[in-house]
Amino acid sequence: MSASAQLDNYTLNFGPQHPAAHGVLRLVLELDGEMVVRADPHIGFLHRGTEKLLEHKTYLQGLPYFDRLDYMSPMAQEYPWVLAIERLLGIEAPPRAQYIRVIFAELTRILNHLLFLGAHGLDVGAMTMFIYCFRERERILDMSEAACGARIHAAYFRPGGVAMDLPDGLVDRIAEFVADFPSKIDDYETLLTGNRIWKQRLVGIGVVGPDQALDLGFVGPMLRGSGIAYDLRKAEPYDVYDRLDFDIPVGKNGDCYDRYLVRVNELRQSTSIIRQCLEQMPDGPVRHDNFKVSTPYREEMKSGMESLIHHFKLHTEGLTIPAGEIYTAVETPKGEMGVYLIADGSNKPYRVKIRAAGFNHLQALDTMVRGHLLADVTTCVGTIDIVFGEIDR
Amino acid sequence: MTPEKLTRLEAALNQLLPELPVERAGAALVLRITTAELVATMTRLRDAPELDFRLLIDLAGVHYPGREKPLEVVYQLLSVHRNQRLRVKVAVGEGEPVPSLIGVWSSANWYEREAYEMFGILFSGHPDLRRLLTEYDFDGHPLRKEFPVSGRFEVRYDADQGRVVREPVQLTLPNREYYRPERTRP
Repeated sequence: MSASAQLDNYTLNFGPQHPAAHGVLRLVLELDGEMVVRADPHIGFLHRGTEKLLEHKTYLQGLPYFDRLDYMSPMAQEYPWVLAIERLLGIEAPPRAQYIRVIFAELTRILNHLLFLGAHGLDVGAMTMFIYCFRERERILDMSEAACGARIHAAYFRPGGVAMDLPDGLVDRIAEFVADFPSKIDDYETLLTGNRIWKQRLVGIGVVGPDQALDLGFVGPMLRGSGIAYDLRKAEPYDVYDRLDFDIPVGKNGDCYDRYLVRVNELRQSTSIIRQCLEQMPDGPVRHDNFKVSTPYREEMKSGMESLIHHFKLHTEGLTIPAGEIYTAVETPKGEMGVYLIADGSNKPYRVKIRAAGFNHLQALDTMVRGHLLADVTTCVGTIDIVFGEIDR
Repeated sequence: MTPEKLTRLEAALNQLLPELPVERAGAALVLRITTAELVATMTRLRDAPELDFRLLIDLAGVHYPGREKPLEVVYQLLSVHRNQRLRVKVAVGEGEPVPSLIGVWSSANWYEREAYEMFGILFSGHPDLRRLLTEYDFDGHPLRKEFPVSGRFEVRYDADQGRVVREPVQLTLPNREYYRPERTRP
């Protein structure tokens, strides 16, 4: 046996500290020359035990943990939790609150896809994208701050509605953004969609067919990139999505380029959804009027004794949910995020299982990168759009 | 799911698997099966055209201390083309192996690893049943009810010894256990 034959395969440790690892991914790569033979992702470096902590907190105290799952699209993560609680309690948020939630869920989608575009561009070598995308991200984060006081960790959605109504002038600012943003998407597309280098790096990389995508448990833009038009906003419409008119972009070849196109198109769809919401949004209360489960308004709390009692009870003992179990899923920017909630009739959940979209996608990385060059691993990691907060939980 | 869809799915399930009773839990259908028939039933659920559960959306372990079979594995299935969901539950005794479903859905791999590390549920036929989320030398199954929320060990850097040391958790302030009114076990 010659010396070169013995050196054929060697193992490369990628991460946990690597600029293209999108956080704390450790990837043990087995290489044959420059070709990847096997990829073994090691995860858990950001494991905080969210599911265990939730069992020891009341339902309201548990809510902010959801912002910290996928911290790049915070408000969308609160959505399944509040919906699960609302459905178990059998209440529904008032119309204005539903519209506000949809507006912010879609703003979050733009927020997330902008990070995807910027970081994916940066991974592949298009530095400008990162700076352009973060310019627009900043505007959305400012809106988030205006609505709830926090840029990222919002805790804005509440069981029965939202924490507070939109402040004066925010609707105009969102409308201005929505009017302005499509031209920015055109700018991104000018830079990337037809770009020869971008296409050379993305077309035909990480191809996953429709059957394989189902087998691997893909959801969201990853599934749609493989040609399956499945979107929970259409399939199981929650809140006011059934009153809105939008399309589901679908890819054809299931490669990284198609997934990029799907996400860019979703930016346009989200913009249109927000515009429709702003047109349709009625005036009215933003929280459910059963104040035994939703927080009373502050002005009433200052003058009414009953509101004060409700507020005190809700924020010490918390709300009590009748025994039962539910699986609630919403379409977060990364795909289906589900909460499997088992309530035992007390003020704390008995068990919460959080189903994060990125978990399965990262699991499929091995399948996606096999046979590709080492440089394509960063493209595949980028196309998954991973954020370790939600994978490690 | 809409009521009509639930009824349709219930009828299809009754026709295909007449020996298994279908339960309703809110707007969802639940199927309880045993470990022995797990793989065969799951394969039928995936392949029957009127069911078409080709996506394993979630796998959750649950711990019910005090039950005769204290552990439970809950599978959430989704059919993308028929737009329907099904929940399948398997009760598992302590140390009793559950057949792995990797052969039915590849995505079961990490889910089973997670259920193993969090609850100690063993999956027979799994090619690589390692820990997934906790650190490499972690001991115990953290999502079991008897596992304390603050953990059992803490690590710190000891300047005298010049290395990281592992010690039992000592909390100067006890973890706050929030008031829990009457609870009824599900």
